[in-house]
Amino acid sequence: MNEQAQSVSTQERLFSSPNVEDARSFFMQKPRTLTSKLMSVSEAVDRYVHDGDYIASGGFGGVRIASAVLHEMVRKHKKNLGLAGHTATHDFQILAAGRCFNRCDVAYIVGLEMRGLSPNARRYVESGAVKMTEWSNATLAWRYKAASMGVPFLPTRVLMGTDIIKYSAAKEIECPFTGQRLMAVPALFPDVAIIHVHRADMYGNCQIDGITIADYDVGRSAKRVIISTERLVDTDEIRKEPLKTLLPFWLVDAVCHVPYGSYPGNMPYEYFSDEDHLAEWMEVEQDMGAFEKFLDKYIYGVRDFSEYLELKGGEARMAELRELEPLKRDADEVVTRAGGSR
Amino acid sequence: MKPNNTRYNLMELMVCVAARQLEDGKTSVIGTGMPLSAAMLAQKTASPNLVILFEAGGVAPILQTLPISVADSNTQTGAILHTSMDVIFEACQRGTIDYTFLGGAQIDMYGNINSSMIGKDYDHPKVRLPGSGGANDLASLCWKTLIITPHDKRRFTNKLDFLTSPGYLTGPGARERAGLPAGGGPYKVISTLALMGYDPETKRMRVESLHPGVTKEIVVENTGFEMLFVDPLPETPEPTDHELKVLREEVDPLRLVIGKPGQ
Repeated sequence: MNEQAQSVSTQERLFSSPNVEDARSFFMQKPRTLTSKLMSVSEAVDRYVHDGDYIASGGFGGVRIASAVLHEMVRKHKKNLGLAGHTATHDFQILAAGRCFNRCDVAYIVGLEMRGLSPNARRYVESGAVKMTEWSNATLAWRYKAASMGVPFLPTRVLMGTDIIKYSAAKEIECPFTGQRLMAVPALFPDVAIIHVHRADMYGNCQIDGITIADYDVGRSAKRVIISTERLVDTDEIRKEPLKTLLPFWLVDAVCHVPYGSYPGNMPYEYFSDEDHLAEWMEVEQDMGAFEKFLDKYIYGVRDFSEYLELKGGEARMAELRELEPLKRDADEVVTRAGGSR
Repeated sequence: MKPNNTRYNLMELMVCVAARQLEDGKTSVIGTGMPLSAAMLAQKTASPNLVILFEAGGVAPILQTLPISVADSNTQTGAILHTSMDVIFEACQRGTIDYTFLGGAQIDMYGNINSSMIGKDYDHPKVRLPGSGGANDLASLCWKTLIITPHDKRRFTNKLDFLTSPGYLTGPGARERAGLPAGGGPYKVISTLALMGYDPETKRMRVESLHPGVTKEIVVENTGFEMLFVDPLPETPEPTDHELKVLREEVDPLRLVIGKPGQ
C-alpha cells in the first residue's frame, strides 16, 4: 500500500477526531458549577444521548455495566451510534439487539467470554450493518488515556506485524529520542460515556469498589458523562475515602439512582451475574421471532429498568445474586481454601 | 483422539500438561477458560507463587472459584491490588510480565494467532470472532506466549484468515524488524495431540512430546503446515492422580472447562 492509500484508509477508519484543541474548547465551556444532576435514566438519555453520537460503555462487558442506560437507549430507538467495542460483551449484545450502532472500534465484540458467541450480535455484524475498525484492549484503553491526558496520541509497542494495522487507524512513527519504531494510537474523545458505580452524590462525585477497568480514563475523555449508581450518598460519604473517587462532580452530567443497575452483569461487592438469564438471552437469540418477543417483554414492553428487574424475579432474585457474590466488604470473610496458594 | 484410558479426558490432559509449563515465581497475565484452569492448577501444585494478573485490573488474587470473565469478582478476591487495564498492559510493555496464556481459532507454524474472523473478506466474514481483546497486546509485550487449543487441520493452518496476535511473524528476527519488543514471542503450544515448542533456529513450531497413544502420523494428518519434531521424541507424562484430584475438586468442580467435549 502506498503512503497516500494508507492515509486515506486511516482517515476512513477513524470514527472520532483526536483534535485536542476542539476538545479543550468543548471542555472550557462545560459548566463547573455545583448543582444537582440527579435525574431519571429516561431524562438522562433524552438530554445527553443523541442519534449519531459516539458511545463509550464503562465496566467490562458483563461486569459493572450501566445496563439500565443501555436498555433505555434501545427503548428510545437510538440510531446510528458509534461504539467503542472495548471489552464489549453483554453491553454490545444489548445495543446490537436494538440495532443502535453503525460503526464500532473493535477490541472485543460479539462474544461473552466463556459463555460463547452471541448469535444475534454475530448476525448484526456479519450483515455488514456495522463499519468496523480494529484495535485491541490496550490500544483502546490508551486511546482513552491520550484523550484524558489532552494529547492527540500515545506511542505504543503493540499491533505491529499483524493484520490489525491494515484495518486500524493506528500509524507507525519513529521515536524522536531513540529511533525506535512505535505505533501511535489516536486520542478517543467519546461524545457520551455511561458508567455504573457503587456510590455517587447528586453532584456527580462518584466511587467504585474493586477494579476500575478503563473507567478512570473513559470518564475523563468523554464530553458528556452519565453515571448510574447503586447508592445515592451525601458528599460526606465520598470525602471519607477520597482515594476511591473515580470522577469529581464537574466531569459528570447526569446521576441516575439505579439499584441493581448492572444486572444481569456482575457488580463486585454487591451481586454476582445472573448466569441463568445470560444463558436464556443467548439461547433465545438463536431464533429471531422468539428473540423479538423476548425484547418486547423485557425492554420495549416495560416502562423502565425496575419493571425488567421485577420480571426477572425482583428482590427475591436479587437477594440470591447477593448471596452468590464472592467479594465481601469484610475482608475477614475471604476464606483461603486449605491447599490453595498463599 | 481419545486417550487410551478411563483415568482422564482430553481436556484434563491438556490442562495438566499446560499447568506444568508455568514455572514458580514468575508473573503471568491469563485469559479465561483452559488457560486460567491451567494457571490455577499450577498455583495449587508445583507453582504456588506464580503471580496471576488479569487484564481488567485484578492482581494476584487468591483464586477460589474459576472466573468466567477476566473482570468478574472471582478475579478480585483477596487480591493484593485492584487496578485498571492500562496499568496491567503497561506492566507488560515495561517488561515485567513473564507469561501470557491464550487461546485462538487458528495458529500457524510461527505461532501467529487469529481470533478476529473466519473467511477471505474482512468486510464480509464467514464468522465474525471477538477480535484481539487483550491477545495482541499480551502476545506483543509479555516475554513468553503459551497457547492451548484443540488440534486439527482447520486450527493448525498454513495460512491464517487474519493475523490478530503476533507469534514469530515470518521467522527469525521478524518481530524485532516489525518494531515489537526484542526477545519475546511464542513459547509453548498445548494441543489435544502434543506439547509443542519452537525450533530455536527457524522459530518454527515443533513437537516436543506426543500425548499418550498419539503417533507422529496422527499429528501430521491433523496439521495444515509442515510440523517439526524433536528427535528422539518422548511421550508426554500422563496427569498424576494428585493433579487430577486438585483439578477436579479445587480448580474446576463445576466442570466448566474440563467437562467440555474434546474437539
